[in-house]
Amino acid sequence: MTDDVLAQPIRFHGGVHPSDGKDLSSGSEIRTAPLLERYVVPLQQHIGAPPKLLVAKKDEVRKGQLLAEPGGFVSAAIHSPTSGVVSQVGECLSPTGVFVPAVEIGSDGEDNPDDSLPPIEDWRECDPAKLLERVRAAGIVGMGGAAFPTHVKLSPPPNRKIDTLLLNGVECEPYLTADHRLMLEEPDAILDGAAALARVLGVRTVVLGIEENKPDAVALLRERAAGRDIEVVSLRVRYPQGAEKQLIYAATGRKVPAGGLPMDVGCVVQNVGTCRAVAAAVLGGVPLIERVVTVTGQPVVSPGNWRARVGTSLRDLLALAGGVKSDPAKIIAGGPMMGFSVYSLDLPISKSSSGILLLAPEQLFQYTSEPCINCGACVDVCPMKILPGPLSVQIENECFDDAENWRVMDCIECGCCAYACPANRPLVQHFKRAKMEIMARRR
Amino acid sequence: MEESNIRLPDPRRLIVSSSPHLHHPDQIRRIMLTVIAALLPACLVGVYVFGWRALWVLGLSSLSCLAVEFFCCRLRGVESTIGDGSALLTGILVGMCLPASAPWWLCLLGGLLAIGLGKQIYGGLAYNPFNPALVARVGLAISFPSLMAGAAWVRPQPGRFTAAVQAVTTPTPLDHWKTNAVAGTDYLDYFLGNMPGCIGETSAAALLLGGLVLLVLGYIRWQVPVGFIGTVTLFALVSWLLAPGQYPPPQFHVLTGGLMLGAWFMATDMVTSPITRQGALIFGVGCGLITAVIRLWGGYPEGVAFSILFMNALTPLIDRYSLRKPFGAEGQPLHKDSGPDSGLLSK
Repeated sequence: MTDDVLAQPIRFHGGVHPSDGKDLSSGSEIRTAPLLERYVVPLQQHIGAPPKLLVAKKDEVRKGQLLAEPGGFVSAAIHSPTSGVVSQVGECLSPTGVFVPAVEIGSDGEDNPDDSLPPIEDWRECDPAKLLERVRAAGIVGMGGAAFPTHVKLSPPPNRKIDTLLLNGVECEPYLTADHRLMLEEPDAILDGAAALARVLGVRTVVLGIEENKPDAVALLRERAAGRDIEVVSLRVRYPQGAEKQLIYAATGRKVPAGGLPMDVGCVVQNVGTCRAVAAAVLGGVPLIERVVTVTGQPVVSPGNWRARVGTSLRDLLALAGGVKSDPAKIIAGGPMMGFSVYSLDLPISKSSSGILLLAPEQLFQYTSEPCINCGACVDVCPMKILPGPLSVQIENECFDDAENWRVMDCIECGCCAYACPANRPLVQHFKRAKMEIMARRR
Repeated sequence: MEESNIRLPDPRRLIVSSSPHLHHPDQIRRIMLTVIAALLPACLVGVYVFGWRALWVLGLSSLSCLAVEFFCCRLRGVESTIGDGSALLTGILVGMCLPASAPWWLCLLGGLLAIGLGKQIYGGLAYNPFNPALVARVGLAISFPSLMAGAAWVRPQPGRFTAAVQAVTTPTPLDHWKTNAVAGTDYLDYFLGNMPGCIGETSAAALLLGGLVLLVLGYIRWQVPVGFIGTVTLFALVSWLLAPGQYPPPQFHVLTGGLMLGAWFMATDMVTSPITRQGALIFGVGCGLITAVIRLWGGYPEGVAFSILFMNALTPLIDRYSLRKPFGAEGQPLHKDSGPDSGLLSK
């Protein structure tokens, strides 16, 4: 366990390599979205307990003011994206189609900041606990997609010794370029954030994993990280390299036990966007109220990357990108492999919205599920080495006990199996269902 | 900020579905048509060696399979599946398993056995436990031995295209060795396809070409042909080394009979072979073992078809006992036994 970084990254089992479509937006500099008239801020943007609302309708708020405080240890604070008035307290749509509590902020156009989080000038020397408290207070969650509260990952139980901080700059989802642009445009902020995280964890080994289809980012980060004790690893392109367990294995050779967490093998993984948010919170005293979102797809007039505040609606973002030149068949919140297709433009951006992807009708894949022909394509591509085909048959027959014995709970829902299946079986859909059924039975 | 000239999507026309939203171009139909294309070189050699009559047999078998598939789907009240290419593939394989002298009704009966008894009776593609073409092959060979063996083998007439069947019959190399205990040594002829036998099994070269194409495309797994041919080679080698006068050398066994056709195109059938690579290796070795035993010590000169059908029957069992451990579960106990009503077995 002492050789923390491998000389050569390892190839993880399985995976696929869809054409990535990143050219559409990877050359486009991050543009900052103008201040909008209103923002609808979802209160549940993270995995864990819902936060407690602190404001009421008609309250005046400032930019960065706490709107809701964490409702438990595994929970995250929510801040106001701008200054103005709480014009409504109600519900809004979330990418999964479920309605969640939300507040609407009517902007006063002033953008007056709240100064409750002063910059921590001595962050390189101060007590690490102060940095941890700042990460929690700034409402920082994993920005790669899972939105797990970051301070929880930074607080391992005493029996878990963390020796490696892995930074995830893989961005293996096709079409998404937000992390890529962020690495090119704000490398120092990412590295500062990583250094702060390393101080909290007390680790000396920091590894940044980037797929080799972003050579410019690899070169730039290597150059900037030179004097910093941060190693940049170039990884062979393969989806889902950015999945925690696959990234840890590729970069360190350690295998997270099935059902376990990265900390079981001494690792903590943080997305580069999260690092940037940590830098903003620590060095700039700014809570997490904005992020970079890729708005892309063939139908989009001007695909690109936007720095947008949490609560910006899809409608506003698409308008910023010039609208569409043809009608899309699907709008996906996130990437095409794991993202959610949505049915409304009134969906607000959350802390974990990495992209908005529009697919044209001709790119659409509409299928009729056929019986499993036992070809084993899913078996070959499954990065978790479960048996998707036979599992899906068990689930179709509602044999959930069998599915549990056959390890459906190890599925990471990456979508490789369904991508590869020549019988067009909706495998991921089956597995999501089985997991929900099994979780419901355990309760 | 919203200007009226900016066009936004119409949410009412959006499609909502579960992820992933991209798909690999491979479809069942595409795989089946590719396998058919990979069989064409061997078919062409068959027609070149045995004349137009071979094409007639191939065509009639294919038509029969397509017709039976169509009518079975009508009977079952389901949408016709002749478009997925699997019935055509089975038809060509049935034709390749017949001698060029096969009468028209034998071809039609082959299609009925393959698709009706081998596939549709179980519910169509994906539910058949046995390779449909081999069900036909074995069914016909047992029912009509005089038309499927012995005097059925016509002498090859490469390049002399005639519509009539050559009256001169001749035993296959395996038949000849089994009855006379003398093995032929025309290995180049065996390799290229200038030997008596079924239409599709004569040319090892053409079958190897097609098989390698499928291997490169990822439609078959090397574990099956390598396990199959490797095991037969090993048995032939040991028996030949121990008793060179009694047993022919391994190249004889590899190049003659249905081994190449069986190992590359029949045993690799996705539906009826195991789903894991470890299982595929067990399957291939098992096929090789049974083929070698039948050829060397059994009553039949050839055992490829029987061996594959036998291993087809074992496939669910192999699938069950060749389960792999999930990533990160290497040290943990394997799947608990799901009992006889496991979803896989009841599939």
